[in-house]
Amino acid sequence: MQSLSNRSKVVSNKPMTFLERMYLPVIFGGMWITFKHLFKKNVTLQYPEEQKVFAPVYRGQHVLKRDEQGRENCTACGLCAVACPAEAITMIAGERKKGDEDKYREEKYAEVYEINMLRCIFCGLCEEACPKEAIFLTDRIVPSQYEREDFIMGKDTLVEDMNNRIDISLRQMTGKRGEK
Amino acid sequence: MSIDIIVYILGGLTIGSALMVILSSHPIRSILYLIVTFFMISANYVLLNAQFLAIVNIIVYAGAIMVLFLFVLMMLNLSKDTEPKASIPMIGASVIAGGSLLVVLIAAMKKAILAPGVSSDTVNDIGLVKTLGHELFTTYVLPFEITSVLFISAIVGAVLLAKREKQIID
Amino acid sequence: MIIEKLILVIVIFAVSILAALYSTLLERKAAAWFQDRIGPNRTGFFSLLQPLADGVKMFIKEDGIPLNTDKWLFIIGPGIAMFTSLITSTVIPWGPDLEIFGSKVALQIAEFDMGILFIMGVLSISVYGIMIGAWASNNKYSLYGAIRASSQMISYELAMGLIAITIIMMTGSLSLRAIVESQHGMNWNIFYQPIGFVVFFICALAETNRAPFDLAECESELIGGYHTEYGSMKLGFYLFAEYVNMFISAAIISILFLGGYNFPGMDSFSGNILAIMCLGAFFTKIVLIIFIFMWIRWTIPRFRYDQLMHLGWKKLIPIALINLMITGIIIAFTKGWFN
Repeated sequence: MQSLSNRSKVVSNKPMTFLERMYLPVIFGGMWITFKHLFKKNVTLQYPEEQKVFAPVYRGQHVLKRDEQGRENCTACGLCAVACPAEAITMIAGERKKGDEDKYREEKYAEVYEINMLRCIFCGLCEEACPKEAIFLTDRIVPSQYEREDFIMGKDTLVEDMNNRIDISLRQMTGKRGEK
Repeated sequence: MSIDIIVYILGGLTIGSALMVILSSHPIRSILYLIVTFFMISANYVLLNAQFLAIVNIIVYAGAIMVLFLFVLMMLNLSKDTEPKASIPMIGASVIAGGSLLVVLIAAMKKAILAPGVSSDTVNDIGLVKTLGHELFTTYVLPFEITSVLFISAIVGAVLLAKREKQIID
Repeated sequence: MIIEKLILVIVIFAVSILAALYSTLLERKAAAWFQDRIGPNRTGFFSLLQPLADGVKMFIKEDGIPLNTDKWLFIIGPGIAMFTSLITSTVIPWGPDLEIFGSKVALQIAEFDMGILFIMGVLSISVYGIMIGAWASNNKYSLYGAIRASSQMISYELAMGLIAITIIMMTGSLSLRAIVESQHGMNWNIFYQPIGFVVFFICALAETNRAPFDLAECESELIGGYHTEYGSMKLGFYLFAEYVNMFISAAIISILFLGGYNFPGMDSFSGNILAIMCLGAFFTKIVLIIFIFMWIRWTIPRFRYDQLMHLGWKKLIPIALINLMITGIIIAFTKGWFN
């Protein structure tokens, strides 16, 4: 059969020559290769001190954004859940009560908003689907857990803290695919 | 005086470990006691100032032959339930064989004269490498060479066996 | 006199244990260097406390003895392995005599005129530690590992012994000190016996169960090999005995072939300075050889078992025999036995 990639090698089962049977020349060749590696640059990253810079398009753990006054953007329209190919997002919508205007931007809000991180494939379609710029994927890594339940993240972990806002400007700069 | 005590302790240990070879129930334990016995014998050689013999005893017996014994015994699944029951004629035959060995030993020992112990001032240096080598290559050169011929024939036989087996496989 | 010897014994045991400890660190560091990594660097300067941390970790682990094992032999096994690897250091001449407070101190525990035979003897019984421990753990992988280890050690001992005989013939003595003294002034045996050196080196690798001959602990086939059932410091003893063995065999290689404590230009020194410089030279050689051991380990993949036996019996032993014969003929010629 003709090779398609032209990279295949015909395996030969020839008996080894005397030099090959001596092993030593090949061994010294290999040792020379490892010796050269002594002087190569290390690839190690000293993890807790040094951290790798993520690409701007990196998609990690989600965040539910608040606006400048600290109100949640999410209006529980459910478009993210519809868009999600892995069906990782569930939510229960609720009506905003009187006096809660400083908590929620719209009249409808998400009482419960859960993302199952074990189901999520970090495709970013929820982010694209969101009409209110409420959900974004950030450069944070989903932490490891001991229990499966701990991977179902509710609003307590997803909604950003006003004292510790999460920067998503890079994410916005890369643009949504639909707008480009 | 102190050397006498050492001799007695060592002799007791040698005999004790040799007895344990036949008294212990598990074959692996017997082998291990046999190894201990060889070490004790080597220690006795050292006391007799025969260092070469002591070390060669360890290399050849404890180091090579006993390893092979252990090797084979470890592969066999030996335990009390797989041991065949000895029949009465077997027991009788072994008693007779052991008894006759005892008689021969006693007969041989009867005429032996207990030589006075080797004192430290008349050190017998026949066991040292130089004297031993000299003796082997002058006085006992013929037996020595005959032994080497014997070994060569054994090696040739081993090579021949290995060769023949390979031809069958091919 | 006895106290002097006792101190020497303790010092030399401590030194060989310390050297083995730090060769574990060197091994991890060398592995990292060869693989473009950094290696351990979290314990002190240059992670010099790493061996200590490893030891503490080994000690505080649970020390379990599995059911259905032969308890006595299970415990004795690692002890024998450690004992046999440490006892070899008694006959090694570490340097010329040192003068302390006016009395001469020989840097050798036992001035034994059959040092090399003693080492061969201890080598031949060092199999027992592995075999007894493996059999006692009542595990088929352990047993396979032990069988591999012991047959490998027995096979390579022969070629090793033959090369040692060549060196003995050249020196005319079985004493290690005499062998070292005969190589004085760059008369190193490696220049006369290059083939012997290579064969001896290969055999030393096989005897210490190191890569590429570490079939006894071949993880992909035998889990952990002979120490599969071991944990805690018992496992530590086995692993540690391997490093002590490596240290000792590096010392023996440098004694037999690299002139032991001789170094070029040693005649211009004398007294204690000479002794200390000799010690330094000897240790430099040992460390270099250990590093080459590690270099080989991180270069060559493991041999297959039949290749190992093929190499040992059909290649190294004939080469060693021919080497022995040629050396004998040359010695006979130079001594004029044919005239």
